[in-house]
Amino acid sequence: MIRIELVKRSQQSRVMSVLSPVIAVALTVIVAGIVFFLQGHNPLEGIWYFFLEPITSLWGIEQLVTKATPLVIIALGLAVCYQSNNWNIGAEGQLTMGAIVGSILPVMFPDFVNPVVLPLMLIMAMIGGALFALIPAQLKIRFGTNEILTSLMLVYCSNLFLDWMVRGPWRSPQGYNFPITVDFHEWAILDGHDFGGVYLNLSALIALILVIVLAVVMRSTLKGFEIRVLGQSPRAGAFAGFNHRRMTLFAFALSGALAGLAGMMVVMTEIQKLQPVISPGYGFTAIIVAFLGRLNPVGILIAGLVIASSYLGGEAIQTSLQMSSKVATVIQGVLLFFVLACDTLILYKVRIVAGRAGEVARA
Amino acid sequence: MLDIVVPIILTVITAATPLLLAALGELITERSGVLNLGVEGMMVMGAVAGFAVTISTGSPTLGILAGAVAGLLTSLVFAFVTLTLVANQVASGLALTMFGLGLSGLIGESFVGKPGIKLEALHIPGLSDLPVIGPILFSQDLLVYLSFAMIVVVNWFLFRTRAGLILRSVGDNHSSAHALGYSVIGVRYLAVMFGGLMAGLGGAYLSVAYTPLWVENMTAGRGWIALALVVFASWRPTRVAAGAYLFGAVTVLQFHAQALGIGLPSQFLSMLPYLATVVVLVAISGNRRATLFNTPACLGKSFVPDR
Amino acid sequence: MTGSDQNKKEALVRRVGGDVPLLEVRNIVKRFGSNTANDDVSLAIMPGEIHALLGENGAGKSTLVKIIYGSLQPNSGSIYWKGKPVTISSPAEARSVGIGMVFQHFSLFESLTVAENIALALPDCKVTDKLSATIARVSESYGLPLDPSAHIVDLSVGERQRVEIVRCLLQNPELIIMDEPTSVLTPQEADQLFITLNRLASEGCAILYISHRLEEVRVLCHHATVMRRAKVVGETDPAEQTVGALAQMMVGSEIARIAREKGKVGPEKVLLKGLSVPSQEAFGVSLKDINLSVRAGEIVAIAGVAGNGQSELFDALSGEEACPKEDMLILDGEAAGFLTINQRRQLGAAFVPEERLGHGAVPALKLSENVVLTRHGTGEGMAKRGFTRFGRAGKVVEAVTHLFDVRKGVNDPEARSLSGGNLQKFVVGREVHRSPGILVVAQPTWGVDAGAAAVIRQSLIDLARKDRAAIIIISQDLDEIFEIADRIAVISRGHLSAAEDADTLTPEKIGLLMAGGAEKKGAAA
Repeated sequence: MIRIELVKRSQQSRVMSVLSPVIAVALTVIVAGIVFFLQGHNPLEGIWYFFLEPITSLWGIEQLVTKATPLVIIALGLAVCYQSNNWNIGAEGQLTMGAIVGSILPVMFPDFVNPVVLPLMLIMAMIGGALFALIPAQLKIRFGTNEILTSLMLVYCSNLFLDWMVRGPWRSPQGYNFPITVDFHEWAILDGHDFGGVYLNLSALIALILVIVLAVVMRSTLKGFEIRVLGQSPRAGAFAGFNHRRMTLFAFALSGALAGLAGMMVVMTEIQKLQPVISPGYGFTAIIVAFLGRLNPVGILIAGLVIASSYLGGEAIQTSLQMSSKVATVIQGVLLFFVLACDTLILYKVRIVAGRAGEVARA
Repeated sequence: MLDIVVPIILTVITAATPLLLAALGELITERSGVLNLGVEGMMVMGAVAGFAVTISTGSPTLGILAGAVAGLLTSLVFAFVTLTLVANQVASGLALTMFGLGLSGLIGESFVGKPGIKLEALHIPGLSDLPVIGPILFSQDLLVYLSFAMIVVVNWFLFRTRAGLILRSVGDNHSSAHALGYSVIGVRYLAVMFGGLMAGLGGAYLSVAYTPLWVENMTAGRGWIALALVVFASWRPTRVAAGAYLFGAVTVLQFHAQALGIGLPSQFLSMLPYLATVVVLVAISGNRRATLFNTPACLGKSFVPDR
Repeated sequence: MTGSDQNKKEALVRRVGGDVPLLEVRNIVKRFGSNTANDDVSLAIMPGEIHALLGENGAGKSTLVKIIYGSLQPNSGSIYWKGKPVTISSPAEARSVGIGMVFQHFSLFESLTVAENIALALPDCKVTDKLSATIARVSESYGLPLDPSAHIVDLSVGERQRVEIVRCLLQNPELIIMDEPTSVLTPQEADQLFITLNRLASEGCAILYISHRLEEVRVLCHHATVMRRAKVVGETDPAEQTVGALAQMMVGSEIARIAREKGKVGPEKVLLKGLSVPSQEAFGVSLKDINLSVRAGEIVAIAGVAGNGQSELFDALSGEEACPKEDMLILDGEAAGFLTINQRRQLGAAFVPEERLGHGAVPALKLSENVVLTRHGTGEGMAKRGFTRFGRAGKVVEAVTHLFDVRKGVNDPEARSLSGGNLQKFVVGREVHRSPGILVVAQPTWGVDAGAAAVIRQSLIDLARKDRAAIIIISQDLDEIFEIADRIAVISRGHLSAAEDADTLTPEKIGLLMAGGAEKKGAAA
């Protein structure tokens, strides 16, 4: 009989903490090849179209950045949550509520037209997302309610709420009865600017700044230290004088605010009005991004680009190979599994063992 | 009066059955100390496999078996990653859900819009003609009977058999169970697989009996509600049953609300099961001592034996 | 105890008479990675013999026991049962052979009942009325009364041990392994246990008795095997040895003597005035009207059996749990009941909790980060304008390493990679290095080898005598308490006895206080 044995390392392996995401990506590429093969395609061709072809054009890079931006912003907030042992999985709902609150200005006050609208919308979206995220946080610290379940349940509620808004009170009178709001006015949308043939907007810059800020916070501030300590050991955190309740509120508020910000920017950039569905699951995919980036801001930036390319890859194989774009979701799920599994290598040595325990024959 | 109440009870039972099956499975998983948040993913895999096999073989019974197998196989991925490779259970459960939703969408793409075959009710001769309890208890389909039976079986297994005692001991203190010579990892593999099998059955019920159709993401959060039910029931099978029927009732309420003259927009009525879940979770977490006493002490903790 | 002497004689006769040993292990080797835990270990146990296995923490006793009980497999070596070679590949196999084990801690299932716990250790046994009746009968006849339907969470530590012993007895073992059985008992409870053990031995059951408490080994055991650094270093009849001689066999070299003379006490630094804290947790202990005064330059010990309010008292002193009234705790003349832990640290207080990993230190953080953990708010520049300064903390690590001889592989390792003794030296050293005016230490040398314990105890005495600190030690180790404390108080079910001069107290008197005598008021209950 062949078994897998884990032997604990005395120190985290530095080599493996860099190598494990790389191994995970490599294994995912192999599995993707098998999926393409099973669907009757040349695996190499599939891998090319899925992973590489999308980023060979300027337009592809533009799309890559556009898709990666919300993922990175949301994942940054989630990483703070997860590092502090707060399991917010409702970012999708916080994104939606943020976008709704931010849209109050262009939808309800279409005559309020001037340059402060845009920053005001972003700030309102952040407040909206944060307040919505504080619901599960408050329930957790007051009653000890499981935040995983409550934050997820609220996603369904927020999506239904948006559905009601765009079909009910906010439906555009000029919308031919479609469930959409009025189009945002020009001060409420984000335009792309030409960077050598690639059109990028402010949101990408904001994402980049946030990556740097959070990298500094996590690495060398007392707040970042507090986040890590409370996440790993609440008892030791209390001994250090840190308050885990306040941390729960902080982490949820931060991640909710960032999800709301991302949601607002997606609306401002891509659809420029509200409709029943405004996000292709960015809030859930960002969970994968956070883990793939090993909850590290710089890692999240890279992971966001990798995952965004898989969205584009899904579209690419649809047009080139007539395959379902759902392959992309499957590959994302597989990637997350490999990332989690490969993290084991950082803390443990993995041995494949034949025979009974004790009579160790190393393979 | 009875001709209104009996049909309502019947719809409550059908709405509750998938929740009940999945929650009883997850209860066993969690009693062994494993938190598998991937119930939604396992359910949806059961749903797509159940539907696919039903319409390609013409047999809903085979479809249901396929759903159970699909749920079980999906759970094995989780078991390998969390038990053998000791990955974080919360993150792995989320991964399982996303993986299941993605893969079921891919598999089910060609089945969208196709008509399914509904699992027929089995009328038990003699008993099904009884007034009131006849239609409620003796004119149901196979899976509803199974769900009734599983309430009793799971309860008996947990509290009356040696295997159930071992399962609870592993969830309570894995180090001690290991020291007594029980295979913690082995017990947990079996518990996770049982959870997968039951979630697969619950999913298959949706696509073969509840609404014989395939729609992407057709579980619509039921896996998560099943998870909440286990917490709500403080890990007791009979309370899981009570909770499942309560939620069945809430789900049904949204269909009847308009008839009852409740003038809320349909979106708000659709929120009811989700909001009820939140409310119930808050209510149950108020009783800390009961929760603490019943919660498997090792829930969510990885176990690595020293060698 | 004439019965005991009779047993002893018989066991000696069997041993000398060349009877076949009940259990013999020969040349056992067990390695974990590069670390050898058992190096060519051999030992023989005769029927009806109480056989002591002596050694310091880390000497390899637990590993050997786990091999005998089948939880671990040796790399080489063999085991003989009644003269025949056997392999014991699992605890279940050990039990079927006739070997039972009473674990030191963490081996009961808290949410299960006594009967369920016992059923789990018996082959093919369900919880039936018959089993419950058997449990009641056996427990009664050995003087270990138990209620089979009680849940473990509701039992005291002593009662839990009874469950372990009865569980073991119901397997009709011929050899019982006991791992540090008295470490959790009051002296009186321990005496009761010795009566039970002697009775078992007189019935022919052999006992492998693991302990580092030499006095009780001398009284109880017929034969002793001593281990040091993974090897057997000697065998002896413990009754013929002095405690000092046994200690020397265990440790190898003479333990550094603690230099201690009475110092003059200074002003009052810590004052507890009627401290009462209701329990916050479902199974916690409430503190009831605790009064204590500690002056500069003295060490006051708080003795007691685990689970009598020690951790609650520590939390109230440290500020992890706020006191109900501000003036229930006075630190250095200031009412400190409402202050946070960091505000108390700014008043010159320092704290070392019982649990090193997960409370005193974060396992996966480096030592320098663990310095910042307790010293970021003390105005020493470990954190400035919201930024951490791990460089400074690194210098503290160097200083502590040097002062306390902390042995570590790399320069700034993760806390979890240090051995228990070295980590304890680090967490004590981290606070002592600050020269605090007040120090509260829980279990300063728990699970630490004799060498490290001597270093830690000496540092505490020096801190009190030279730096004039007021020190409170919360400890279950009476030897340690008598070695370093000036005054001793006893905590029992949340009550604290008056602190008395260590020279006027005897272990017997403390034992009485531990068993409930500390409850001056409400003792009738």
